[in-house]
Amino acid sequence: MLSASVRRTGLLAPTVITLFVFMVLPMGLMAWMSFLEPGTYGGVQWGHYSAKSYIQFLYEWDLDDQLVLNTDYVGIFLRSFLLAGGATLATLLIGFPTALYIALKDEKARNRWILLISIPFWTNLLVRTFAWMLLLRNGGLAEQFLSSIGLVKEELNILYTPTAVAIGLVYSFLPFMILPIYTSLEKMDWKLVEAAFDLGANRWMAFRRVILPLAMPGIVAGCMLVLIPALGSYFIPELLGGGKSLMIGNLIQNQFGASRNWPFGAALSFALLTVVMVTMIAYNLRFKRAPGADK
Amino acid sequence: MKRRAIALMTAFAFSGVVHAGGELNLYNWSDYIPLDLLKKFEKDTGVKVNLDVYDSNESLLAKLKAGATGYDVIVPSDYMVKIMVAEGLLDKVEINKLPNFKNVTAPLNKPFFDPTRSYSAPYMWGVTGFTYDSARVPGGKLPDSWKSFFEPPAELKGQVVALNDMNDMFVAASLYLKIDQCTEDPKQAQKILDTLMKQKPMLAMYNSDGTIERMQAKEVIMHHQWNGAAHRTKEKLKTAVFVYPKEGMPFWNDNFAIPKGAKNKDNALKFINWMMAPENIAIASNFTGYNNAIKGSDKFMDESLRSDPAVNTPAAFKSRFVPNKVCSPKALALRDKVWTKLKK
Repeated sequence: MLSASVRRTGLLAPTVITLFVFMVLPMGLMAWMSFLEPGTYGGVQWGHYSAKSYIQFLYEWDLDDQLVLNTDYVGIFLRSFLLAGGATLATLLIGFPTALYIALKDEKARNRWILLISIPFWTNLLVRTFAWMLLLRNGGLAEQFLSSIGLVKEELNILYTPTAVAIGLVYSFLPFMILPIYTSLEKMDWKLVEAAFDLGANRWMAFRRVILPLAMPGIVAGCMLVLIPALGSYFIPELLGGGKSLMIGNLIQNQFGASRNWPFGAALSFALLTVVMVTMIAYNLRFKRAPGADK
Repeated sequence: MKRRAIALMTAFAFSGVVHAGGELNLYNWSDYIPLDLLKKFEKDTGVKVNLDVYDSNESLLAKLKAGATGYDVIVPSDYMVKIMVAEGLLDKVEINKLPNFKNVTAPLNKPFFDPTRSYSAPYMWGVTGFTYDSARVPGGKLPDSWKSFFEPPAELKGQVVALNDMNDMFVAASLYLKIDQCTEDPKQAQKILDTLMKQKPMLAMYNSDGTIERMQAKEVIMHHQWNGAAHRTKEKLKTAVFVYPKEGMPFWNDNFAIPKGAKNKDNALKFINWMMAPENIAIASNFTGYNNAIKGSDKFMDESLRSDPAVNTPAAFKSRFVPNKVCSPKALALRDKVWTKLKK
């Protein structure tokens, strides 16, 4: 007979080992690397510690070796956050009504809708992004359609602009917003809405006081699922934005590639991780107390 | 599931029998060697070639540094050969002693990155300039200067594409401004940044992929491009002109090398020697559109290649070739700063 404590340890071991191997170990390595000096030809110089990478994020050394504030990297972070935040908001505005619409259908129709939403996943995202390039380019289908209904007079001129990046992000991440919201709406008890009407609520009040709070876990999950990968998105801005402005992902890639500054790349990744973690913790603290949260 | 595993094992067992000459693991740039040529090698020597591909010198370096083994022949560019030798990643196999080495022509028999050719053999070489569609530029002709690319005529606004590569762009601008490409002087870096910033509003985009198709589809009028890609552009766009800028242009060359710890070293040497035979390297040139450094190979090259000034560089332009340098970390940090500021 195994004692209870041994059995508990044995049952916990897989989780602990998984977390250690797939999370603690790589992140620890990244954190360690961010405090090393870069090697001459890429890589790092083991044993040479410095906090230079973190200083470089905010400051630069001018000609007299004085530290002066440098907002370039913060600016790139801000742009990435604005774009990812905008994409999150747009997917929410489109995704919520869509999820609500599907949730109100009967079961057969619901399944059909969910199938339709997941069909794009059968094709690789890179291929779909290239398809968007064909759609959005001058003389492409989008231009032909818009000029046939008289909305566009001359050329569309939308490809290789931030608008194209926004379209690409919203398109790619929309299912990640719809599905969690749908899940929380689907298991909702619609009798509560009827009760709200019986108690004199109008449509808007029933929506705001009953449906929205109950859908909140799905909304929060959807926002997380869109915001975080959108922040790290790499080839959508590169392909649809024409590579004219860097995003966090491109910036980090460059440090491990042509710029041969691995510690700075690691530090940038860590800065991004920190911001995301803080946002998530804030969300968690806020919505733990929300009326709609699970418990 | 099990049945499939058995089938796989049988396949492996048979492949060992069929390819008595053993195997060779080639790690090359994507779309850079014709598969028919590899089959020819298999037929000639009985050695089976497995091809794996990468997309940049930096990813090759990162992979080798991370301890990747299992590759017998790799294809680093000039400056990367030098870095890999310095990092002790390449096997000193004395390529110069191979029988076909006598076919290698100057200057690539004694390049700056491997003067004794102890580590590497030449594959393709090329230059980075720019191409324009002569049918759609004012006057039908542009001066053969980087000025045409960095300060194009106003009619070309939004019709010019630059390569999305920090090194390509920095070096091109440094040549235009006659500044050392490895400059560590922030003031000179500022000048380069000013030139790039001034050019930016004229550009449709920065993009290193699909240069040929974009020109052929007439999506843009001018493209920062490699000469081999320019040759392939011309196959469909007859009015395309490749420019050898008078201020000088980056001259690069890719090389076969054997990483330390290669398991099939003998086959690797056999392959490298075989590739230095004119009739074999010519097949590669016909496929890539780039010239090679092997004497006598032009006899086996397509007429379209030999007659195209973009591939068969007129002698007068050869003095414009400037090899890439390996810069100090300080110079590289400056480059990175310029690139970040350009795209912030």
